[in-house]
Amino acid sequence: MSAIQPIAGELEPHPDVALVAQVRGGDVSAYDTLVRKYDRQIFRIAQHITQNREDAEDVMQDAFLKAYEKLDQFQGNSKFYTWLVRIAVNESLMRLRKRRTGKMVSIDEDIETEEGSVPRDLADWAPDPEQNYNQAELGEILRKTIQGLPQGFRIVFVLRDVEGLSTEETAETLGLSIPAVKSRLLRARLQLRERLSRYFHRKKGPGETRNDK
Amino acid sequence: MTCTEFLALLDDLIDDTVSPEMRAELQAHLRRCGHCEVILNTTRKTIEIYRSHEIYDLPAGLRERLHAAIMARCKKGC
Repeated sequence: MSAIQPIAGELEPHPDVALVAQVRGGDVSAYDTLVRKYDRQIFRIAQHITQNREDAEDVMQDAFLKAYEKLDQFQGNSKFYTWLVRIAVNESLMRLRKRRTGKMVSIDEDIETEEGSVPRDLADWAPDPEQNYNQAELGEILRKTIQGLPQGFRIVFVLRDVEGLSTEETAETLGLSIPAVKSRLLRARLQLRERLSRYFHRKKGPGETRNDK
Repeated sequence: MTCTEFLALLDDLIDDTVSPEMRAELQAHLRRCGHCEVILNTTRKTIEIYRSHEIYDLPAGLRERLHAAIMARCKKGC
């Protein structure tokens, strides 16, 4: 029976639980495993929030060091990963604050805009629109587009859709209510869609040049 | 169902958290509304593109350097 129960965390302990216990028991190499498991995600999240490579490097180091120091405070009622993400989000926001010389930075920033809530661009996209660009061009389009989102939408989209946290985990990580996460996610998705449309439109006829610059 | 009502449930449809009855209503709307069909498909594609392209890669050299720095501090007790 238990093998077919998919409810995470209720029956089968998450593999991180054993690693965390080993670290607490003094086995530093177990922490090595945890760092390697999540470093890419933490780096990405930090870069999405700070939008700066050096800051993201610092955040990644600080987040893992802080998690190591505070491991005794980790309750185990959330996943180690979501706990780590929460630390990384806070470190990233602190880093932004430093850059802006003490000005408050929060995940509520700039979310008052109504832009993109109502879709305006209703033209269909090409079948595999990303094929019209090389990797470097596509990367630039995707970076530029997501960087233009209000911070409070961008973080929700990144955690929920890119990093695969559940709505509940995203809410817990950011200290938001579930309805707030849902509302921000919808607006983030619609705004990104709207902004990407200008690059990914289906071409209307022969001889038309793509509108990517 | 209006387009506004459809859009309010767009995420639930994408995330597959709608009841079978609601799904049937949403699909009925889609059959009548080409605009909402475009919005649904392109929003799905938006998510898929961001999920499948790592726009902030962590290069191997940098990864090893950061990793070594973290573990050196941990071994010293931070």
